[in-house]
Amino acid sequence: MMPKTIEATINGMPVRVPAGTSILKAAREVNVRIPTLCKHEDLLPTAACGLCIVKVGGSPRMPRACATALEEGMEILTHDPELTEVRRATLELILSNHPNGCLTCGRNLNCELQTLAGDFGIRQDCMPRYVREQEPDASTGSIILEFTKCIKCGRCVQVCQEMQDVWALSFLERGINTRMAPAGDIGLADSPCIRCGQCSAHCPTGAIIEDDETVTVWEALRDPEKFCTVQIAPSVRVALGEAFGYPPGTDLTGKIYAAMRRLGFKAVFDTNFAADLTIMEEAAEFVARFAHGKGELPLITSCCPSWVDYMEKRFSDFIPNFSSAKSPQQMLGVLAKTYFAKKQGIDPAKIYQVSIMPCTAKKFELERTEEMYASGHKDVDVALTTRELARLIKQSGIDFRNLPPASADSILGTYSGAGLIFGSTGGVMEAALRTAYHKVTGRNLEKEAIDIEPVRGLKGIKSAAVDVDGTEVRVAVAHGLGNVERLLLEVRRARDAGEPPPYHFIEVMACPGGCIGGGGQPYGVSDELRSQRIQGLFDGDRGMELRFSHENPEIRTLYDDFLGEPLGEKAHRLLHVRYKARPTYQK
Amino acid sequence: MINRQVKEEFERMLGNVGEEPAGSWVRVGMDTGGIAAGADRLFTQLREECAEAGLLDTAVLRAGSFGYAWIDPLVEVRTDGKPSVLYGVVDESVATRIVNEHLSGGRMVDGHVIAPRRRGSSLDQPVTAILVQDTSCEGGDKSLFLQSSIEDELKAHGLAEEIQVVRALDMGIYQEGLVVQLLPSCVTYTNVLSRDIARIVEESVSRKAVLDDLLWTRKDFQDRIVLRHCGNLDPESLDAALRAGVYQGLADSLAKHGAEGVIEEMKASGLRGRGGAGFPTGVKWQLTRKSEAERKFVICNADEGDPGAFMDRSILEGDPHSVLEGLILAGYAVGASKGFFYIRAEYPLAVARVGKAIASARKLGLLGKNILGSGWDFDAEIRLGAGAFVCGEETALIASIEGKRGSPEPRPPYPSVKGLWGMPTCINNVETLAAVPWIIVNGGEAYASRGMEKSRGTKVFAVTGKVRNPQLVEVPMGTTVYDIVYNVCGGVQDDIPIKGVQTGGPSGGIIPEKFLETPVTYENLQALGSIMGSGGMLIMDENDCMVDVAAFYLKFCVDESCGKCAPCRVGGYQVLQLLIKISRGRGKPEDLEQIRRICTGMQKASLCGLGQTAPNPILSSLRYFADEYNAYIEGGTSYARKRKRALAEGKSLKEAV
Amino acid sequence: MNAAPLPPLEEIDPALSEEINSYLEEWKDKEGNLIMMLHEIQDRHGFVPREASLLLAEATGVPMARIYEVLTFYNYFKLVPPGKHNVMVCNGTACYLKGAGRLLAELESRLGISDGDTTDDRLIHLETVRCIGCCGMAPAMVVDHKTLGKLNPTDMAGLIEGIRKREESGNDQ
Repeated sequence: MMPKTIEATINGMPVRVPAGTSILKAAREVNVRIPTLCKHEDLLPTAACGLCIVKVGGSPRMPRACATALEEGMEILTHDPELTEVRRATLELILSNHPNGCLTCGRNLNCELQTLAGDFGIRQDCMPRYVREQEPDASTGSIILEFTKCIKCGRCVQVCQEMQDVWALSFLERGINTRMAPAGDIGLADSPCIRCGQCSAHCPTGAIIEDDETVTVWEALRDPEKFCTVQIAPSVRVALGEAFGYPPGTDLTGKIYAAMRRLGFKAVFDTNFAADLTIMEEAAEFVARFAHGKGELPLITSCCPSWVDYMEKRFSDFIPNFSSAKSPQQMLGVLAKTYFAKKQGIDPAKIYQVSIMPCTAKKFELERTEEMYASGHKDVDVALTTRELARLIKQSGIDFRNLPPASADSILGTYSGAGLIFGSTGGVMEAALRTAYHKVTGRNLEKEAIDIEPVRGLKGIKSAAVDVDGTEVRVAVAHGLGNVERLLLEVRRARDAGEPPPYHFIEVMACPGGCIGGGGQPYGVSDELRSQRIQGLFDGDRGMELRFSHENPEIRTLYDDFLGEPLGEKAHRLLHVRYKARPTYQK
Repeated sequence: MINRQVKEEFERMLGNVGEEPAGSWVRVGMDTGGIAAGADRLFTQLREECAEAGLLDTAVLRAGSFGYAWIDPLVEVRTDGKPSVLYGVVDESVATRIVNEHLSGGRMVDGHVIAPRRRGSSLDQPVTAILVQDTSCEGGDKSLFLQSSIEDELKAHGLAEEIQVVRALDMGIYQEGLVVQLLPSCVTYTNVLSRDIARIVEESVSRKAVLDDLLWTRKDFQDRIVLRHCGNLDPESLDAALRAGVYQGLADSLAKHGAEGVIEEMKASGLRGRGGAGFPTGVKWQLTRKSEAERKFVICNADEGDPGAFMDRSILEGDPHSVLEGLILAGYAVGASKGFFYIRAEYPLAVARVGKAIASARKLGLLGKNILGSGWDFDAEIRLGAGAFVCGEETALIASIEGKRGSPEPRPPYPSVKGLWGMPTCINNVETLAAVPWIIVNGGEAYASRGMEKSRGTKVFAVTGKVRNPQLVEVPMGTTVYDIVYNVCGGVQDDIPIKGVQTGGPSGGIIPEKFLETPVTYENLQALGSIMGSGGMLIMDENDCMVDVAAFYLKFCVDESCGKCAPCRVGGYQVLQLLIKISRGRGKPEDLEQIRRICTGMQKASLCGLGQTAPNPILSSLRYFADEYNAYIEGGTSYARKRKRALAEGKSLKEAV
Repeated sequence: MNAAPLPPLEEIDPALSEEINSYLEEWKDKEGNLIMMLHEIQDRHGFVPREASLLLAEATGVPMARIYEVLTFYNYFKLVPPGKHNVMVCNGTACYLKGAGRLLAELESRLGISDGDTTDDRLIHLETVRCIGCCGMAPAMVVDHKTLGKLNPTDMAGLIEGIRKREESGNDQ
């Protein structure tokens, strides 16, 4: 048996950590930071960069701290002149294989390589630069691959292949010619890429960045002919603050509204409102299937465009299980250009709808199918990520920290706690169950039962059995696409065997942690950060009077005045989509 | 306790194979080198001509290679009851003469005989033939003179009819003047002068008296354990292998030693991994045995990649069954159920022969379920490499078999704990495995009695470059580099002074001329800044340029770097650029400092052995031949041009200018 | 991005599909089969056609990303059809020391292509290879599976001429 805790010393300081802890992690216990460019907390060590070398005992060898577990009695030395010199030489080598265009790079001032070069005080090019020329790949319109900036750390490849099980990115060739490339060496848009952007969230440099559309938005805002409106996704409000020095998880809804108004948006909506609407439709779908046998079980959520894309390519036999309800972004978009336009007497053609999303795939969702033009126009004109919004605010000269809060516009701005928690893994499930329970039983969950704890948290797959008036509803929640296959195979096996489905309702979000961990969120993601952002959402929910989507007064008005019934004809036309199987490899 | 069932099963198997058929045979050395030199055409020609000559009971057979690469193709001939005779540089006309003169006429073919390496000390048997060769380099070749002088002398004694005097192609003795070998006793005389000829015939031939003053008593330096069967048997015949004693070690192990006993024997032998790293084989096996898992694997690493090394290929082509036996024994010792041969795809003949060996062994029950009735199951399969030197690294090799890029993974965990598909895996090199059956049959002690210090047993080297006789040699550990180069391989080509010997290929370093007397051991080579490596030994003469050679090796590593870790991927490239710059006469003194600095970074911070050792050839040549680097730096572009021209013409700098 | 577009799966030659299935049939139950199947494909076609990779990916579930990672990592695999005649210059140490570089330089200048390239008429493919194990015959080359040894740069012209002549006379031998 291995001892449960390991005692050793790091730079002479005693340290006690659980067995199996890497030296890199153990060093943090004694406040020692060992530099690394490849190790990411979410990922297994690739041992690529060679910067985290340490000395063990008196051995002349220098093992990597990221990939070496601390062992009993080890005497670790993390910093001495020799280690620093080897690290500096390695860093210079990496820099010699990287372009020197920091000023115009998407990661300027926010780049792990740049930071390290600064910390090491590198003041000149010590080696001739060798960078293989290659045009960036902007084919997806969501994510740009700037191949020349890749330092081959392997994070994106591991994220794409292992964490997300997408296999759009890979390493091709070898040696000095090694390059990150889409699967089969084609354009990213033709690869199995689902635009989740987790690669960009994990990239230490500017090699993978979101397709920045702030200029497009500026142009729209300056256009007097356009009536610019904006919507803010649930998870943006608890993450944007990180770009302005707030602790992760700080809910800045009011400040964001205010900033939007200052930027010149004529109407400020909240995607949370549309989340409530999505729940109305989805819960109705669920009840129809669960209680009235109309349609396949389990019902599977579909508000994540990456997940939808993935399902259409990899698990198209689950199309009948998919909720046909559009995502909140698209629902809000279509309502802005129909319901809102009608109420306000604005020509929908003049409405320019911007969405602020935690997500790179939302850019792709805008034109995903013709149903995204249900209003007769492009329902949402442009989607910005949280990172782009931060830039937009900074460019505009707004003193964000001292900005007094404002409120959203009514009719598409009021939301419930259920809509707010959409941004977290398990949140859609929880929100849907709250409304489905009401729909089946005719009453709300008791106050102490509103929080559905088993579907919360960062475990990759969560499942629970929820009692709905004596009937058991089995639900499962997966986040991080790498966790999905196991769940779906379980369902498929039962289906093929003619057994009852193991679950009635499944929620899937492509990104670990859900949208709060989206590919367009501020950099530096880790489970700790994800938890803090999630906490921000659930705290907000708990503090709200309104915690059920079906009780959102604006939602009621919307159905009464415009849509009719959930799943009704009009709702169907505007708020629902169809799916089709797509080839994994377009080329 | 002896498992009688296994013993009887194996004896029955041997009984079915029976004795080697009597009669004459011709064996053609059909390894890749031999075939490249025309052995396959010879094989067909010999078959046809034997048939035409009515030699119906003469079998034309194939064999592996003795390793005498410089005199390929080789043909060995045995006529009834007589010791066999080996011929080298056999072309079409020599083959015809072999059929007509030797097989039909009973007389050896002049000028092509390779003398037996055995050195006799007594003349019990009557002399049947005399081999002669002038082994000195100076002056004209006196072999013809020696031959006719002896013939005259024999005539005078009336012995000319029964004793043939033949000029040898090679006698394995160099720089020892006129050499005479009396067959079949193999009494060998060196530095024979004209006046000795009469004595040799009179005393040794007629009266069976050995002339002590001329007698060559030094044993041949080669000691063939790993190469014991190479060249001596048909590698495509399991019967031949069984007759030669292959699989005896397996039968003994299953019948009496047991897995622990095998490991004990391996430990006693002191055998260390011959792939390069030199980890004790017995310890490796024990570590894998101790790891508990549902399944375990053994792998034969036959992805020989060191440019200029062909030991593993020759062994696989010459004696695949012994390597297979070694793999089965490894599997038995560690408790594995499956073994893989990971062979370079560029070695099609080795792949075919190993494939045949596996199939025939499986058919006979030496592989598969319940091997020899022991109740133990084990099978083996081949997986091909695809041209990646780094796959010699254990974790990269595993990744390759698993169908991935051959990028190394951090260790620990070591493959003995977590290897192929996460299961404990023991990886051994071809040469290591080929030694195993010998050790089991002859005992670990016998193996350990060879060699010195912590380097026991024998080592196979592929000696190439500016050497007179490039070839495969197997010598006890501790043999000096000098003896290998001069006394086994005949010294340096064209008598240009030797500059140094590179061991360990692209991961090794150079041993300069002044250290040639160093006994070859793992530790000694390391102390000199080189490594044992897999056994490539490249001889360089005074005309070779060390900056160029260092760049050659580094380029190899740059091409073969997997590209995963930055120090190796970028470091190798940057150092190569600096070397190219220097060799163009555009280098600056500070470039050498930068080379040292990057090399240190690569050695310390690279993930795997390839990157860690890639700087060795550069650091080693900087250590011993810094003046050559400085000459480029000081001499500038005009020096570089002259040097380049000299290299292109194969001349010294002086000659070229 | 270097790759040419692929036709949709249903437009791929059924014969190729059948061929891939036969490899799958042989290898599906064996562990560590990916590289072996790629070898089979290359042995048949002289390179690994993109369509074959796609079919293999679809049939085995091994992602294209992995297949191309492997194909481009290992030297042995080719993604484009080789020339009709293959001229390989051994660049093992022994051959290097004995002038393989000069042989290569001569071939490059005579054929007007670099190491690793094929002539425009796709007749001759030139490449350097790692040690072919004929160190005793250094410097050595392999021309269409035939090993030639102890060569000089002056032999190269005749060698190329020989290939071209054989081609013209339609005699592959």
